[in-house]
Amino acid sequence: MIEQLSWKVGGQQGEGIDSTGEIFAIALNRLGYYLYGYRHFSSRIKGGHTNNKIRVSTKEVRAVSDDLDMLIAFDQETIDVNAHELHSRGIIIADAKFKPVKPEYCQATLVIIPFTEIATELGTSLMKNMVAIGATSAALGIDTATYQAVVEEIFGRKGEKVVNNNMEAIQRGADAYMSSVGDSVQTLSLKKADGKNRMFMIGNDAIALGALAGGARLMAAYPITPASEIMEYLIKKLPEFGGTVVQTEDEIAAATMAIGSNYAGVRTLTASAGPGLSLMMEAIGLSGITETPLVIVDTQRGGPSTGLPTKQEQSDLLAMIYGTHGEIPKIVIAPSTVEEAFYDAIEAFNLAEEYQCPVILLSDLQLSLGKQSVEPLDYNKINIRRGKLNDQEIAEREDKSYYKRFEITDDGVSNRVIPGTKNGIFHVTGVEHDETGKPSEVPQNRKDQMEKRLRKIHNISFQNPIYKAAPHAEADLLLIGFNSTRGSIEEVMPRLEADGLKVNHAQIRLVHPFPADELKPMLQAAKKVIVIEHNATGQLASLVKMNVGYGEKIESLLKYDGNPFLPGDIHQQCKEMLANGHI
Amino acid sequence: MATFKDFRNQVKPNWCPGCGDFSVQAAIQRAAANVGLEPDDLAVISGIGCSGRISGYINAYGFHGIHGRSLPIAQGVKMANRDLTVIASGGDGDGFAIGMGHTIHAMRRNIDVTYIVMDNQIYGLTKGQTSPTSAEGFKTKSTPSGSIESSLSIMELALSSGCGFVAQSFSTDLKDLVAIIEQGIQHKGFSLINVFSPCVTFNKVNTYDWFKQNLVSLKDIENYDPHNRMMAMQTLMEHNGLVKGLIYQNPNRPSYQDSVRGYSSSALSKQDLTLPEEKFTELMAEFM
Repeated sequence: MIEQLSWKVGGQQGEGIDSTGEIFAIALNRLGYYLYGYRHFSSRIKGGHTNNKIRVSTKEVRAVSDDLDMLIAFDQETIDVNAHELHSRGIIIADAKFKPVKPEYCQATLVIIPFTEIATELGTSLMKNMVAIGATSAALGIDTATYQAVVEEIFGRKGEKVVNNNMEAIQRGADAYMSSVGDSVQTLSLKKADGKNRMFMIGNDAIALGALAGGARLMAAYPITPASEIMEYLIKKLPEFGGTVVQTEDEIAAATMAIGSNYAGVRTLTASAGPGLSLMMEAIGLSGITETPLVIVDTQRGGPSTGLPTKQEQSDLLAMIYGTHGEIPKIVIAPSTVEEAFYDAIEAFNLAEEYQCPVILLSDLQLSLGKQSVEPLDYNKINIRRGKLNDQEIAEREDKSYYKRFEITDDGVSNRVIPGTKNGIFHVTGVEHDETGKPSEVPQNRKDQMEKRLRKIHNISFQNPIYKAAPHAEADLLLIGFNSTRGSIEEVMPRLEADGLKVNHAQIRLVHPFPADELKPMLQAAKKVIVIEHNATGQLASLVKMNVGYGEKIESLLKYDGNPFLPGDIHQQCKEMLANGHI
Repeated sequence: MATFKDFRNQVKPNWCPGCGDFSVQAAIQRAAANVGLEPDDLAVISGIGCSGRISGYINAYGFHGIHGRSLPIAQGVKMANRDLTVIASGGDGDGFAIGMGHTIHAMRRNIDVTYIVMDNQIYGLTKGQTSPTSAEGFKTKSTPSGSIESSLSIMELALSSGCGFVAQSFSTDLKDLVAIIEQGIQHKGFSLINVFSPCVTFNKVNTYDWFKQNLVSLKDIENYDPHNRMMAMQTLMEHNGLVKGLIYQNPNRPSYQDSVRGYSSSALSKQDLTLPEEKFTELMAEFM
């Protein structure tokens, strides 16, 4: 019996590889397994190798596994590209149609099943995916009836016949596998799961659900990988709440439209990736100087320019913190799990209104698109705080002067009035302005307004700005990361401990303003520090050095080839870095 | 009830004496009062340039944004609060150069915003460079040998972009301009009003006199029918775009707000933001 399985299905893009993985994963999630899926895909609709690697475990997992137990291949390329991941006890189940051969080095067992032929016999070759699922189930000792409900949900509207055909395809796949290999399947039998109900979702689902729970009622966005799922979810859901998603002509329109509707009192977001964020920079400055709340999700992908649009990277970090010309208050949050993405999305709207500034919810492709089992979210943790949003009647002023929307205050935050409010008229401009919003170039006013805006975020209240797993008062090694690297780092910790090292872990969740005071003791308590991030220049390491210091202890472990860190990568490289005395 | 004086604030415009924009400002103030608005009901969203300052000169909720982006901001405001009357405003550079993408898509989208462009065929605030509506051969600081690019036929472009209210006016014709702006505000959907508003400092060609000599009033064209898009296009082409009046209106096209599924019939900004627990449980279950 195994407690964990690493399974991958691959073929040509457009062949239904995603849905094969999806049906398999949903069914297993319902049995109570923890799932973690990561898709390899290209920026094209049809053609090109694609695969979906899914980890099934009886314990929570948040990282792509180092190796592979089972590979389902719909073409030879899938075997050629992925066979190296298989360990010697692994199994390849391949479609007879392409006459599969395994590379010489590969010691895994190759089982050939006529996926396409069986599917064609049953009516359509499209069902080859279901045949493959059946074969997988037989190999894992999972009852084919497990899929009944999922198949009904997916194909039910096409009628009973289609449902039955698909179920038969699954059964035929299982039968074909059994008759082909017989009893040797036992080695991969999965230990029974706990049977608990969990959600199966990607980070973008959590962000979108968080936006909805956090009171967002409008979204303005332009489609882009890997952010589009957020707008696609919200366009389905917002109309139930009176709102909508406007698909704009570009990201500049998306950001400025969101500014317009936030100004007019509706929590509005936009979401994009690096190229879109580059276009939004001027608007982010406008939100900053006009003190208009704005929530922007940045799902990082490989840059620069179009870069690696479907690949993992974390290279927008410094641009998100420092981007836009001029100086503004800004908050940048980087959730490190899907659960955090949900709660942080809600918090992003609260902070945007409390501090009246842009808030960037930073994600990365692995967090945004990695699909995983998530414990039910806590309704009682949802709260909505709108800060100094005026809800009182405003007395008429004799002199008809404008409302002091940008009044100088101790905490820098002024009362916010939304258009339509009686006697609340004020002016808003991206030009430097006085307390009523009228343009002003008076040097003292400039100084006062600039300082007012910047001091708003000096003492922001943010729960758990750092996720800490720090069992040691004195550590040999401190690992630091942000966003999705948390899953891999967590898996490496026990391995490094097993090597005899005392290791602490800090995942930075609030990247701006940087939680220096909170991180400092962890750096002090560590002999060596490795900052792990998906970029080529060590952006997070620079932030740590700049804000906290200890540069002499800090070394970077970087990956920017487009693929997520595997726990094994990190383990190996940390050991090498320590052994070579780099740090 | 508010009068046009209630839409005045104490700010003195920084426009040059004689600038066409003064009358546009006055026309907006009069039209707003004439259609029965109170200053609190009106939001004026403007871009960057001389004319972009207009939002600061009208006693209403004003938003002076960034160059070329008055329309997306204005559309966002309207989507957030459909009870507000939203006017977007700016110059020809703002709307037809840097902001052209937004102009075309705002016309397609048809959110109920009245867009008033002060078109002076030149860049004024940057002191005299060519604009997308400058005529070919027009000499400016950036086109010392004369512009070699063709001039935009903005009204034709509006027709082909599906704009449901297309009008053109001249800043000195205050009475007509006020009437057109009133119609634009009352039109359900996006309305584009291009106002020739001469720059007395940098444009020595397209002067008040030049427009008086060259503009043809649609009132003078026999049997002109502003509901006939074909006739509108033909008339524009015949007169090289130099016409004034209501060029085209499609009163039957529903606005974006009236077409969006589920969109709140009251101001979205006044909604309670709480998500009921049963609903939340239902949403979570969809992922199980």
